[in-house]
Amino acid sequence: MLEVVGLSKSYGTGASATHAVQCLEFAVEELEFVGIVGPSGAGKTTLLKCMAGLLAPTSGQTLLRGKPVTGPPPELAVVFQDYSRSLFAWMTVRRNVLLPLTNKPEIRDPARVADEALAAVGLKGFEEHYPWQLSGGMQQRVAIARALAYQPKVLLMDEPFASVDAQTRAELEDLVLRVREQFGVTIVLVTHDIDEAVYMSDRVVILSRPPSTVQEILPIDLPRPRDQVDTKALPEFASLRARIYEAIMQPAAAAGV
Amino acid sequence: MAARLNALPRTRSGSLLLGAVGIALALLLWQLAPALGLVDSDNLPGASAVLSELASLAGTDAFWSAVGSTLAGAGLGLAIAVVAGVALGVLMGSSTIAWHALRPTVEFLRPVPGVALIPVAILVFGPSMQSDVFLVAFGCVWVMLIQTLYGVRDVDEVALQTARSYGLTHAQRIRWVQLPSSLPYIATGLRISSSIALIVAVTAELVAGNAGLGKSISLAQSVGQTEEMYALIVAAGILGIAVHVVFGGLERRFLHWHQSQRAGGDR
Amino acid sequence: MTRSRLRWFSVEVGATAIIIALLWAYTSSNESYAVAPLGDVLEAFRATWLFEHVGSDVVPSLVRMTLGYAAAIAIGVAGGFLLGSSAVVNAVASPVVGFLRSIPAAALLPPAIVLFGIGGGTKVAVIAFVCCWPIMLNTSDGVRELDSTMLATARVYGIRGLQRFRLVVLPAVSPRIFAGMRTSLSIAILLLVTSEMIASTNGIGYFVFQAQQQFSVDDMWAGVLLLGLLGFTLNLAFGAVERRVLHWNARDDRSK
Repeated sequence: MLEVVGLSKSYGTGASATHAVQCLEFAVEELEFVGIVGPSGAGKTTLLKCMAGLLAPTSGQTLLRGKPVTGPPPELAVVFQDYSRSLFAWMTVRRNVLLPLTNKPEIRDPARVADEALAAVGLKGFEEHYPWQLSGGMQQRVAIARALAYQPKVLLMDEPFASVDAQTRAELEDLVLRVREQFGVTIVLVTHDIDEAVYMSDRVVILSRPPSTVQEILPIDLPRPRDQVDTKALPEFASLRARIYEAIMQPAAAAGV
Repeated sequence: MAARLNALPRTRSGSLLLGAVGIALALLLWQLAPALGLVDSDNLPGASAVLSELASLAGTDAFWSAVGSTLAGAGLGLAIAVVAGVALGVLMGSSTIAWHALRPTVEFLRPVPGVALIPVAILVFGPSMQSDVFLVAFGCVWVMLIQTLYGVRDVDEVALQTARSYGLTHAQRIRWVQLPSSLPYIATGLRISSSIALIVAVTAELVAGNAGLGKSISLAQSVGQTEEMYALIVAAGILGIAVHVVFGGLERRFLHWHQSQRAGGDR
Repeated sequence: MTRSRLRWFSVEVGATAIIIALLWAYTSSNESYAVAPLGDVLEAFRATWLFEHVGSDVVPSLVRMTLGYAAAIAIGVAGGFLLGSSAVVNAVASPVVGFLRSIPAAALLPPAIVLFGIGGGTKVAVIAFVCCWPIMLNTSDGVRELDSTMLATARVYGIRGLQRFRLVVLPAVSPRIFAGMRTSLSIAILLLVTSEMIASTNGIGYFVFQAQQQFSVDDMWAGVLLLGLLGFTLNLAFGAVERRVLHWNARDDRSK
């Protein structure tokens, strides 16, 4: 579905160049949920922007269904961390969801699609509100609804729950897992929260310290549907979590052997 | 080539260089417009003629006394506006009764164009510096009042409650909590008012004939000294930049420890 | 209306009535030649401005200002986008624009008279020339401060070209455009009044100035009152338009 092939990105040139990511290589299967974690400063967002076609890689490429990504493809949507800046403040919730649909002629009934997406994220009745009238969690729901209504094959999420409180965060995690099945979408989630990555993903890609490479790809074979209490109480959950934690915290020791 | 050009504005020396290029282009255009006959050189002399006129003006006492008069009128008026505006602002910001009693009057007077009072100033003060001072004070006092009001009302509730819990009196709270925390707002008011002060002073001189740059400009125009007129306007522009730089710097110093309050004011 | 709001409303009305009464008493008893009794001023106001001189003086003033101000907005916004969208153009132009903006507005009236004469077009041109700079600078700041996440969102969803400009960029910059327009509005009023005082044969500014020259103090004060009302009304109208266009920006108002 989505392949990252030898992808490197550096900023600046010559001796002063910083290498954010280096020769990254992994693939995301159709309908898979892949989490990307790594120590802070590990070029996670750089990677996501390259995958979205928002940033040109220095070398290597991303393939979406075998085609190289050179700009944001129409089959792809992104949910950013900062909902207050990614939502258009001058548009109502419904207009925010509707706007991208004007460029998708294959969606024949945009109004119905938008309202369904809003209902799916629990925002029925808030269609005519403006973003500033909603709480942070609700604003991020709008951004998720907008992405879903766009009917992408791939949804990239960049730390989508980092700016909401813990309770809302758990709610939104479950919301995304639920709508993923309803809308049949492949998801790549960048997060700094190891619990979140384990809880949500089918596989977790662990990036090393910068210049980041793929340090490990860990399958998460926890049963689905997942549950905030039961899944997180499983001993497997704890051991997966511990493994990722160790991989992130002691890469130097691991590499030194 | 294009990439190197685009990299220039990112460094300080690069943007200074580009700015110098811009000034050179503007001067060239100004020089060429009358030379090529695009405008009548009697009406708009070239840049070189005007700038050399400015250089010779800078050697005369009359020029500096005009600059001095303008600055004195603007400065005194501004000083009065600051004292009156801050006092009224603190009063209206810290007393609910004063706020409601004076609000309608202030709301009405605030948008009144100060220059509407020029005839009144001429009638009362004649062509004198007092009329400059009066008009500048009226033109600036409302901005100072409103900014002080914002500042006093924007005081952190926690700071105020802390002060109250330590038993500070009303007057002490104004002196030690409300006034200091409204200083950045007052600095912004000062920056805006200083520009207004210069504009109003020059306007008053132009219309009412009080001594100063404005009067010199209109005098030069009426006797057909076109080069001198443009030279004086350039001087007025330089004065405007100087005022902007001085009070803008002052404002930044106060904003320094108050950054979180405001991101990007208008200009 | 709650009881406390009713109480404060009556304080506002009562205090304002007292201020007007004091002004009335002061102006009626004052012997100075510059002061006219408020009653006489109101009578002169009624006689002059309701509505005898409206067609001959008020309408020409308003037409000049509207034309000049509208031109300033068009030039300012267009120039602001030009400046804001290229760092090179901005760096080249900003010292020159900064200088032009710093010239005290009225100082440009004498050269305008030299260049264009004292017709109505001169006033329109001067208002347009002076008022476009604050709008241009604010617009260009707004364009350069456009949020990268917002622009990335537009890109991801294929919003580009005219649609991007009309639905994303322009609304995002509009608070800054309005900030510039507010500054320019007061400069426009100042220039209008001044230009009519020094170079005109009609208009409100001309009328007030003539009244003063002829020592008809009632008429002068009536004209000042009209200019005050005009400033007040224009400001009110501007606020109403701004609130309507930027209604989504209400959170900023509330924080003040």
